[in-house]
Amino acid sequence: MNSLIPLFIIIPLATAFIIPIIGKITNYFAKIIVPVVLLILCFFSINLLISGNQESYVIGNWQPINDIPIGINLVLDGFSNLILCVISLIGFLVSFYSYSYIRKYSSENNFYALFCLMIAGMNGVVLSGDLFNLFVFLEISVLASYALVAFGVGKHELEASFKYQVLGNIASFLILFSIALLYWQTKTLNIADISGLLKIGDNSALLTFTQIILITGFGLKAAIIPFHAWLPDAHSSAPSPVSAMLSGVLIKAIGVYVLIRLFFSMFIFTHEIALLITILGTLSMIIGSLLAINQNDIKRLLAYSSISQIGYIILGIGIGMMVLSSGGEKSIAILAIGGSLFHLVNHSVFKGLLFLGAGAIEYRTNTRDMNQLGGLAENMPITSTTSLGASMSISGIPPFNGFFSKLIIIIAAIQAEFYLLAFLAVIISIITLAYFLKFQKSVFYGKNQNYKNIKEVPFTMSFSMIILVILCLGLSILAIPSIREIVLDQAVNSLINIDEYINLVIK
Amino acid sequence: MSIIVKKVAQLIAGLIFLYGIYIIVHGHLTPGGGFAGGALIAGAYILVILANGSDAIKLKKEEVGSSLSESVSILVVLMMAVAGFFIGAKVFFNNYLPTGKMGELISAGAIPLYNIFIGIEVAAALLTIFLALIIYKEEIEE
Repeated sequence: MNSLIPLFIIIPLATAFIIPIIGKITNYFAKIIVPVVLLILCFFSINLLISGNQESYVIGNWQPINDIPIGINLVLDGFSNLILCVISLIGFLVSFYSYSYIRKYSSENNFYALFCLMIAGMNGVVLSGDLFNLFVFLEISVLASYALVAFGVGKHELEASFKYQVLGNIASFLILFSIALLYWQTKTLNIADISGLLKIGDNSALLTFTQIILITGFGLKAAIIPFHAWLPDAHSSAPSPVSAMLSGVLIKAIGVYVLIRLFFSMFIFTHEIALLITILGTLSMIIGSLLAINQNDIKRLLAYSSISQIGYIILGIGIGMMVLSSGGEKSIAILAIGGSLFHLVNHSVFKGLLFLGAGAIEYRTNTRDMNQLGGLAENMPITSTTSLGASMSISGIPPFNGFFSKLIIIIAAIQAEFYLLAFLAVIISIITLAYFLKFQKSVFYGKNQNYKNIKEVPFTMSFSMIILVILCLGLSILAIPSIREIVLDQAVNSLINIDEYINLVIK
Repeated sequence: MSIIVKKVAQLIAGLIFLYGIYIIVHGHLTPGGGFAGGALIAGAYILVILANGSDAIKLKKEEVGSSLSESVSILVVLMMAVAGFFIGAKVFFNNYLPTGKMGELISAGAIPLYNIFIGIEVAAALLTIFLALIIYKEEIEE
């Protein structure tokens, strides 16, 4: 019981509330402390990932009675550790980038305080082993994100934030409702405890209803296709560092992560549920990319492509669930789930980079309209090169990381004999390439008509983008088996071996 | 507002404030606690402001104070949680104070302390929200 995992929640939370106090004296405190704190958390989480710790932490030392957990658990296993790494890494780079970018807004301290609050909420969601606390942390992070989306306080920002709030509240209501239903059926809120009880009980219609509501609620948070209406507005109106955070991390930490965690570690999924998730993933993948083609606003295009890439992640998970539920070979399921987790990590890196690049363009030119831009490659070489790297990565060109993760998902689909899904994944990858080529051509190449005298962005912004493009190339090494074992296989194993999670909490 | 409303509001506000404190300190014994009591305390402040009318310049000072006490009290709660790590069982939120006899006012270890600071936090937060809305309205009208 000597572990320090609650620091992932305590440190960002404390930072968020120190900032308004010391921020009254100097503005620079927030600008410096936030990247430093997140860098420390980043090293801490990478350290935990490499050492391969798995532990459960009981807050307040409320030990289980008769093997029934009565306290609040924080659970750290391979999967949550991977997501923690992603959150703190992207969080660090984005907060460093914000140093110059956020100067054009008036209340910088509020930005950093809300940013830390969002990180604390996400870390809490990822670590929580208890459904109700998961919901509380989820609300902390989405409330902070509502405020951050509306940070520009213009007409569009407020409209987007309002839309986001309405749909987000519907999602929260559905999630709370399903938690209540689960509590009614099992008389407990601890995920591991519920899992043990559901295994004994039979699969009633009420349980299926609960599962459907949970998919709807977290589908809204993750912006899977029929529930995606808030995402394009919210992600394009927010300040660019926030968009990078929302698209790169938030929809995964509070949407995809929880969906995967609950369906693998808590419910015993049936074939129908697996089929439903696969269909939702395929739909998001196809429709998201088709909607992205015709966009002229840079950030709107990126937002729609987020929906499409989330579709890939859900598709990989869905294939894994289909194989597992129909009693197929376990190695195929491991491949599919590993591929989709790999794509999850990759997507946070390259989508974060693309949004930061879009922010850099907006910072210098004050427009996001592709028709007015053009030929910026000469003026902004770093922005141009880094976003070229990210575009190649997202559309799956070797040797960038996106190629490997998509390849693994497609191989898994073929091995599981879902030939149509594999074919669709390839086609959508080509469409992705098409719209990112359009983005590159209309922004960085072609004729520069309106913006002849602009300069490259300041150091802090370009530094973050360079680190991210190096990661885009560097993460390809996760495809090498010996490195994959350390990082991805741990996460996949903790998902596939359900008992491992339960044994972690109920000893 | 008329003199009657002002006087009655002044009289009642004190009672509401005391009742809020009562709910907070009995949080570990009776229903309610930090949140309910904090909301009552904020209600007492809001009643006085509503009765006496708003004066934006004074309210801005008030808002600085309330947002400051909000941040400070949540930091105190966090510090008490972290203090649990250094005293006793090396767990955050460890209840390290003696728990006393069940049913007495001073019992339950550190939980009443958490209740008190959460009460301050909730009162300050609700008051800050209310003040922010008033100040915003005054600024729009100017």
